[in-house]
This record gives sequence, C-alpha cells and structure tokens, in this order.
Amino acid sequence: MISKRIIPCLDVRDGRVVKGVRFEGFADVSSPVELAKYYSGAGADELVFYDITASAEGRGLFTEILRETARNVFIPLTVGGGINTVADFDRVLKCGADKVSVNSGAIRDPSLIGEAAKRYGDQCVVLSVDIRRVGDAWHVHAKGGRVDTGLDAIEWIRRGVASGAGELVINSMDTDGVREGFDLPLLKAVCEVADVPVIASGGAGNMQHFTELFRAVPGVDAGLAASIFHFGEVDIRELKEKLHADGIPVRRR
Amino acid sequence: MIGIVDYGVGNLFSLESSFAALGFETAVSGDPEVLRRCGHIVLPGVGAFRDAADKLRRTGLDAYIKEEAAAGKPLLGICLGMQLLFEKSYEYGEWEGLGLIPGAVRPIADVIPAGLKIPHIGWNGLDFPAERERCPLFKELSPGDAVYFVHSYYAADCAPYVTATAEYGADLTAAAARDNVMGTQFHPEKSGDVGLSILKAFCTL
Repeated sequence: MISKRIIPCLDVRDGRVVKGVRFEGFADVSSPVELAKYYSGAGADELVFYDITASAEGRGLFTEILRETARNVFIPLTVGGGINTVADFDRVLKCGADKVSVNSGAIRDPSLIGEAAKRYGDQCVVLSVDIRRVGDAWHVHAKGGRVDTGLDAIEWIRRGVASGAGELVINSMDTDGVREGFDLPLLKAVCEVADVPVIASGGAGNMQHFTELFRAVPGVDAGLAASIFHFGEVDIRELKEKLHADGIPVRRR
Repeated sequence: MIGIVDYGVGNLFSLESSFAALGFETAVSGDPEVLRRCGHIVLPGVGAFRDAADKLRRTGLDAYIKEEAAAGKPLLGICLGMQLLFEKSYEYGEWEGLGLIPGAVRPIADVIPAGLKIPHIGWNGLDFPAERERCPLFKELSPGDAVYFVHSYYAADCAPYVTATAEYGADLTAAAARDNVMGTQFHPEKSGDVGLSILKAFCTL
C-alpha cells in the first residue's frame, strides 16, 4: 500500500536556511546540507528546498548547495523558487533535483507548465499554489502571497493539471502560521478536481493535525511543514509512529 | 568499477552519487569500450520507452548490452531502464525492447481500479514471491520495506521472473530478474537506506 508522505520544507537564502533552526546537538543549524541529512535520517519521505534568494550570486550558491545535498541525501528532492523558464528547470535538475515546483513563474507564463512537462515528464512538474479565501471563492496569490491575482484557485489547478502538472502543493495562506491545522475545506475542494498527488501545506501545529488531515481528506498524499520540524516541536520519527498507530500508512524504515 | 550506461536519457547525478556514497567507483559512459572494462552495468532511464529504445539502437548500445547479458555480467535496469529489458512495450503504440527478460510493458491503468492516481508516485512496500528464493538484491530487506516509485507502466506477462511486487490496487511488478539480468521499477537511488542496501548488494554480486 502506498504511504502518506511527510515532507519538511527548507527556505534557503544566500546558501543558508532561514527562519532559524533550533536543534540540540546540531553543529551548523543553518546549513541546508546538514539539515537535509538530519531529516533524511529521521525518516522524512522527501525534501522541498525553496530558494528565496534575490541575487544572481545567491542563486549560484543555491545550486551548489543542491548539488552537495544530492551527493549526500538519497530521497526525492523538490526544488522551487525563482523557476520562470525551462532553462531554470534544467539548471536545478542537473544539480540533482528530482522535481521542480513552479508558482509565480506559471502565473506569469502558464505555458511553462506544458513546456516543462513535455521536456521532462509530468512527474517532474509540481504546481505550487498560494491560496487565500476571498468571499465565497479561493483566489490564487502571487509573489509570495502578496498579490491577489483574482484567479479562481480551483480553476487554476484544473488548468495546471490539464497542462501537465504532475503534483500539486496547496499552500493555504488562511491557515499558514496559525498552527491550528491544515485547511481541510480547501484541500477537499482541490482533491475533487485533481487526479494527481496533492501535498497539503500551511497550518500544521502538532502531530494530531497530520492525523486529522489524512483522515478528513483521503485524497491528500502528503503533509508539508517547516517550522514545527525546524524548531524540534514535532519529531518526524515520532510523528510517523503516531500516524501508524492511528491506522495511516507511513514508511517507518 | 560500476558502469552507468549514458545514452542521453535522464539525470544520472543521483545514481552516481549513491554509488559514491557506498564507496564504489563509477564510469558514466556511452562508449562500449569503457563500459566493457566495468564489472557491473547499470541501465538507467526516465521518459518515454520509444525514445529510449531508439537511442539505444541508434548508438549501438543495444547490441553491447545484449552481449554483456549473454556473457553473464551483472546488469541492473532501473525504472525505464528495467522496462527496456523486456520484449516489448505498449506505451503509445507497440515498441520492441531488448528482450532479455520475457514479458511486456503495459499501462498500470489496465489493472488498477479507477480512482487511483496515475502515475503511481511515492513510497510503497515491497512483497517477495513466496514460491521462489529471494533475489540476492533484496537479501537485506524485510517484506514491507518501502521504496520510491514513479511510473505509469509496469512489466506484465513475466510472472516466472518477478522478484518483488508492490500493491497499488493490484500487485504490480516492482522488480524482475533472469539470471544475471535484473531490474527494479522503483528508484533505489531515491529510496533511502533500503535503496542503498539494494545497490550495495548489486555491486557485491
């Protein structure tokens, strides 16, 4: 039986993990490579590296870090941030990324999804969407969530999947940072239209939230979080034992 | 030395890195002369069956691989590289493979219930056929150990050669072998410690 995946997300700027990491017994808490090794050893099923660098110099540093991570960590690696062209796909795939996540780049140029899918296969293209509820609808937000594009999120997702997106990361801006659980109504609505894997992001505050997520929305394949893992509030190994005890299929070795 | 067949299909960085992490040297090459000097051969691959099979034929690597298989050299196909070992594939048509293991590659949509997502992506547990001896690649594994899959097609009509299956609405072929010719549908280079133990077992055959 296929497992539900647990995915830590690392925001990287100028070669360092941002948002801070607080771990006991950790020599270099802001080294993406060290943190990736730690998570892989702790049972993470996949890693997401998000490049929030603005400068060209920082971007070069990011690809170097990616390479070093892929040399040491043998679980799937998804890379996002600053992916605007097929050349950007090429750049990160060559450094060991398995999947590439597009967000604002696809909003600016929706043909990017199809072009990348044709060249690298659907399984390689992850559509990441920042979503906020506006009245009765859900709207796609761009530029790290700062700009309401007015696009209907469900329609955008339907189009993205039809163009070749092989996986979806659904970031709810309404639940992100609130730590009261994932955005279950949004995720249910997405799973109704998407026949590709769905990764839920935004809102995890404790282990129970993952159990609630997988129970309430069986169509969700993975739960993604950052700070609760980085701050050591939720240990991935313990989380997986709990999910297993709750009857949710997870990888435990 | 582990030879990784480079025929312009897919990204070999992770594969090279995983052998390096295990302490084995690799030669990534499309030159049969270079590959002939290697004790073990890995045939990787992602993408479409037809393109990959065409590339193998155009470069003459198909003849080289068959020659090594006949000579008894350990050969490991991974993902699409495993599918290429079979006689044919029905991916968007009907295409000829290397024919090193009897069987055909068919859409998983043919055998899994509607409603399950395609591709089959993610970590899934392995089961080993009870009626035959465990394949040496999996000697360190326990039933249920999970590995990472990404595929929409699977090897069918090959029951006597199946060495592992994964349950996804149906028992899909996860690995197959015929003597020294072996293949895994999943990606051992992306399957954590379990995957590394499989690669290590291959290197020590």
